[in-house]
Amino acid sequence: MNDLLDPLLLARWQFGLTTVYHFLFVPITIGLATSAAVFQTAWVRTGKVEYLRITRFFGTIFLINFAMGVVTGIVQEFQFGMNWSEYSRFVGDVFGAPLALEGLLAFFLEATFIGLWIFGWNRLPQKVHLATIWATAIGTILSAYFIIAANAFMQNPVAYRMNAERGRAELTDIWELLTNPVALAAFPHTITASFMVSSGLIISAAAWHLARNQHLDTMRPALKFGLWGMVVWGALTTIFGDQLSLAMVATQPMKMAAAEATYDTVCGADASFSLFTLGTPDGSSELFSVRVPYLLSLLSTHSLDGCVEGINQLQAEYTELYGPGDYTPIIWVTYWAFRWMIGLGMLHVLVAVVGLWLTRGGRLPKQPWIWKAAVWSFPLSLGAMIVGWVFTEMGRQPWIVFKLLPTESAVSPNVTGLEVLISLVAFTLVYGALAVVEFRLIVRAVQKGPPEIEPDPESGEVEHVETVY
Amino acid sequence: MDLAVLWFWIVAFMFVGYFVLDGFDFGVGMSLPFLGRDDTDRRVLINTIGPVWDLNETWVIVAGASLFAAFPEWYATLFSGFYLALLVILLALIARGVSFEYRHQRPEAEWKRRFDLMIIVGSAVPALLWGVAFANIVQGVPLDADHNYIGTLFDLLNPYALLGGLTTLLLFFTHGVVFVALKTDGDIRRRARRLATRAGLATIVVAATFLVWTGFAHGTVWFWALAAVAALALIGSWLANARGAEGVAFGLMAATIGAAVFALFAALFPEVMPASNDPANSLTIENASSTPYTLTVMSWTALIFLPLILAYQGWTYWVFRKRVTRRQVDPAAVG
Ligand code: HDD
Ligand code: HEM
Ligand code: HEM
Repeated sequence: MNDLLDPLLLARWQFGLTTVYHFLFVPITIGLATSAAVFQTAWVRTGKVEYLRITRFFGTIFLINFAMGVVTGIVQEFQFGMNWSEYSRFVGDVFGAPLALEGLLAFFLEATFIGLWIFGWNRLPQKVHLATIWATAIGTILSAYFIIAANAFMQNPVAYRMNAERGRAELTDIWELLTNPVALAAFPHTITASFMVSSGLIISAAAWHLARNQHLDTMRPALKFGLWGMVVWGALTTIFGDQLSLAMVATQPMKMAAAEATYDTVCGADASFSLFTLGTPDGSSELFSVRVPYLLSLLSTHSLDGCVEGINQLQAEYTELYGPGDYTPIIWVTYWAFRWMIGLGMLHVLVAVVGLWLTRGGRLPKQPWIWKAAVWSFPLSLGAMIVGWVFTEMGRQPWIVFKLLPTESAVSPNVTGLEVLISLVAFTLVYGALAVVEFRLIVRAVQKGPPEIEPDPESGEVEHVETVY
Repeated sequence: MDLAVLWFWIVAFMFVGYFVLDGFDFGVGMSLPFLGRDDTDRRVLINTIGPVWDLNETWVIVAGASLFAAFPEWYATLFSGFYLALLVILLALIARGVSFEYRHQRPEAEWKRRFDLMIIVGSAVPALLWGVAFANIVQGVPLDADHNYIGTLFDLLNPYALLGGLTTLLLFFTHGVVFVALKTDGDIRRRARRLATRAGLATIVVAATFLVWTGFAHGTVWFWALAAVAALALIGSWLANARGAEGVAFGLMAATIGAAVFALFAALFPEVMPASNDPANSLTIENASSTPYTLTVMSWTALIFLPLILAYQGWTYWVFRKRVTRRQVDPAAVG
């Protein structure tokens, strides 16, 4: 009973659950806002009404999704104070600034211009209206930057000094905080990964219609956009992921050791990357494994004879520095999360490459299973995204702010286990119900297809349907 | 002026922005059962706030983030202390937020009824609980030496705080109904004006009681001055509404809420969370604030971006200045 009501454990579950949930919607928002802006620009530039129809089609899906991102985001903003008040007291002087900047620079921009975009089709001049979707898209990307800069401080604290008397970290240089090398590496990786997710959604939606041989005029270009997007963004995600690995090894060697379940320091050819390992669940001993020699050394140091520090060495080092304790994250989580991130993402790219081959020269394959596979490939990169964050966040444990504040000292001391349990159950139920509603609405919007829009035969002008709730 | 004091007033300004703007959204949501006779009416009501509710709600996010950055101790104490109350507010805001977007996605009456209910409850609950929370902050709550709240949920539900909640509930309700009168046309506009007259009377009585009680318990000169402005504006708004000057009535209602919120902050000053058990444990502007460096960075950001934000939000309201009609939401409907 006492274990069940451990506030720390419950608070961690709650943060993980609500953040993962928020992050199901965020990459779709970032990706679809930008895609809608691109399609609308294509329409304004070329005047081809197909592009307008694609814009409104994906615009509807974007809006259904956006609502969820917003309402789950408010929870994020409040729960640092609710569940992690000691953390808030400790880092507020540093961590609060990027959050406030995010609100002032990004959230206001998004929230205002999205209203203008939704309801402004007939009220704003064409170019001004186009600018509103770009402002929204830029807002979503800016917000990602600031929140990642805030998160990067937890991974790699910079730009602070400790105030022993107040028992807190204090900001010394905002610019240094915002250009944290971990933030600079994580931001492009996360953004390109978000574009993979939206490309995946566009592929699935287009494939659903093409399989039924309908809406060819809009769904063919949409499919092409999605397939090429997946390949290009996938390649970039890999390149940025490689950069991120370097930053991670430099700042949190324990995370790389845990990602590889490398117990003892290895160098050169011995620093092999295991593609697949069968072993005991905690990874402590190996039964069977497929390994690529040198790859880990390449990944971590960009050289063939680099060394990767082992868990045991790092554990000893940290014990000396920070006193007795367990400084290793849960190995099987980090090990598998890292592989699933790369594997699921690469599988999605593979799907797209095969798709490009099958649809070369305007072909449309006849076999239904091909289209089924395309439709159902959608969760692949979203899954990669989620496990990537699980890796990042759980690989940082037992620290909430790396080397400065252990997670167990961060939780609100006056909030009882029962209170956290109540909120955890409430969020789980509400989020669960909303997930079902949202999923069904998106499926419905996809199946409804793009709206019919007939331009005036003489002037070529289109009359926009007024949006009303 | 001391930067921490400046930020105390900037935080107050953000909450004013939140309560003035999202206040009428809550009011419009709560008015659905009173003014929405059929589905078209209800859609007219929802469309009066359709383009703006999200930007209005963003004020609370930015207010929360500013509190975190400028007064981390205040943010930590308040949010962990009022845990369950905030949980309920969050759940209400979630239900309300998705409803605006999801209600119109399907035609079935049953589907719409469910989301109407979520909008009504999701508007009324925060309208009540924000008042309860702010009244408790002004009144003071039990804090230990580490500034952690040591009361229970039931300590927050005392008579004074409940009166504060009723005050915000009524203020926002009237504010929303006055907004409906300003933004609609025809029958619903007339009915909104009548409802605003009746609701306004109740609001005047309750709000006056709350302000006088606050004044006698915690009043300062500044509090009384701001409370007087709020009271005059509220009465002025009532008169303007009775005469059919909808724009003036709405403007004065906004002034009422703004002055009342500033009055509560004036009653609080220079503390931010007084401890009711032992004044030594109180959180003050001084012991709750961030370092001068962080406050300087934040001040520059606010100085540059707040005017810009106000400008583009004002422009949005200008773009959507036209009244919403039944014909517009449902071309088949008349009137
Ligand atoms: C579609 C999604 C996706 C794909 C295909 C990949 N990643 Fe990733 N990865 C993410 C989505 C993601 C993420 C969810 O966006 C993370 C979490 C934190 C972050 O910044 O990005 C992440 C984190 C993350 C981290 C942890 C950073 C840290 O903890 O400091 C590393 C080292 C990599 N990635 C490396 C890679 C490599 C080498 C990849 C390919 C070969 C790769 N990722 C593909
Ligand atoms: C970028 C902004 C983010 C910030 C500021 C942030 C902050 C935090 C904090 C404060 C905790 C709780 C303390 C802890 O257990 O260490 C946490 C844990 C966690 N976060 Fe994040 N997070 C961010 C992004 C994400 C995302 C996008 C995801 C997933 C999609 C995620 C997944 C998790 C998980 C699973 C945990 C629980 C880890 C554990 O307790 O072992 N986080 N994060
Ligand atoms: C890498 C992690 C995160 C990214 C990239 C991110 C990005 C975004 C984006 C793009 C939105 C726009 C709305 C939408 O999602 O549909 C959003 C909403 C929001 N996010 Fe996150 N978020 C992350 C994690 C967090 C965390 C940890 C917090 C907590 C402080 C947070 C707070 C919010 C809030 C308050 C909103 C609502 C804003 C609005 O009204 O538009 N986010 N986030």
